[in-house]
Amino acid sequence: MADEAHSGGGLEFHPMDQFIVKPLFGEIGDPVHMYTITNVTLWLALAVLATIGLLVLTTSKRAVVPSRGQSVAELAYGFVYKMVEDVTGKDGIKYFPYIMTLFIFILCANFLGLIPMAFTTTSHIAVTAVMGFGVFFAVTILGFVKNGVSFLSLFWVSSAPLALRPILALIELISYFVRPVSHSIRLAGNMMAGHAVLKVFAGFAQVTGGMALIIVPVSILGVVAVYALEVLVSFIQAYVFTILTCVYLKDALHPHH
Amino acid sequence: MADTTNAAGEVALGAPPGMPQLDIGTFDNQVFWLLITLVVIYFVLSRVALPRIAAILAERQGTITNDIAAAEDLKAKAHDAEAAYDKALADARAEAQRISAETKATIQADLNVAIAKADAEIAARTAESEKAIAEIREGAMEAVAEVAKDTAMEIVAVMGGKADQSTIDTAVSDRMKG
Repeated sequence: MADEAHSGGGLEFHPMDQFIVKPLFGEIGDPVHMYTITNVTLWLALAVLATIGLLVLTTSKRAVVPSRGQSVAELAYGFVYKMVEDVTGKDGIKYFPYIMTLFIFILCANFLGLIPMAFTTTSHIAVTAVMGFGVFFAVTILGFVKNGVSFLSLFWVSSAPLALRPILALIELISYFVRPVSHSIRLAGNMMAGHAVLKVFAGFAQVTGGMALIIVPVSILGVVAVYALEVLVSFIQAYVFTILTCVYLKDALHPHH
Repeated sequence: MADTTNAAGEVALGAPPGMPQLDIGTFDNQVFWLLITLVVIYFVLSRVALPRIAAILAERQGTITNDIAAAEDLKAKAHDAEAAYDKALADARAEAQRISAETKATIQADLNVAIAKADAEIAARTAESEKAIAEIREGAMEAVAEVAKDTAMEIVAVMGGKADQSTIDTAVSDRMKG
């Protein structure tokens, strides 16, 4: 896509530049150490502030008749709480704060990333993989702690014919280990692709020359359309990540089919 | 995709080639800050936000339950009040009827007494009148007797007879009785 732009309008635009991790204070080329304050740090901190703004400040009045902000906070709470309760059952409720943390963080990071010029932390595989594998290891350890060796019955589909069970067990085992990968790449891939496409359309919108009269309005329309889609995707991906976490948690709590 | 982004990446000023997502050199930085972020959010949620929202929701549920109970209570009270009102109305009506009947009875009694008194008075007056009439009649008879005696004496004297007073009295009395 970038090459087309190069040949077509004689423009240079770099849809992936928005994802570059760079020190907040200093030049792009400066080294990024573990503790360096980068644009990642800034936007993660903003996600924390957004979380506090969304769930803490709005509820400070503790009104019985909620304000608009408090309604949103209660809605988010009820949404995730019901999801955890529906998917994992009553005994999954005690893991609700962890799942709420994931949901709110992903939601805030996704929506903050939609602000023009923003850095989208959830578009980075390093970020989503930490969460994906974190969920994977937590759920696996929890499964063994809660059920002992019988947790392995998750892979032994007792409702299938006996001859098929070993094959199914192999498939189940593979799918189990693929989970964290798909879990994290799904989120990062969605966010990255959407933002890259936005940038591509935005690049086309600055085309000059003969075709500009057609290309520019179409690309602006494209930006608007993709942006609307991204708003939807931002929420849906947060939802998908959260509900999959709940499903994995349910497997750990009730491994028997 | 990798090729095109590669081309784009290389144009960027000193930026690492390829997808920035695959630049392993920034991973430790991202992971470090992400873990801090998640821990902070977890503590903000589990210590402040979630208990508070749970308390708000519980309080609202309680308020709603209480309000419904209070409404039921008030409804029952209204029902009772209506019953009491009806009862009071019926009582008042009965009382009014009683009072009216009593008053009627009292008036009737008073009337009876007054009538009786009036009757007695009328009877007394009648008796008195009759007595007076009788007296008058008596007086009239006496006067008639006297006149008759005097007349008889005068007639006898005119006839030239000498009449004894007692004889004439007896004769007149006899005639009058007779």
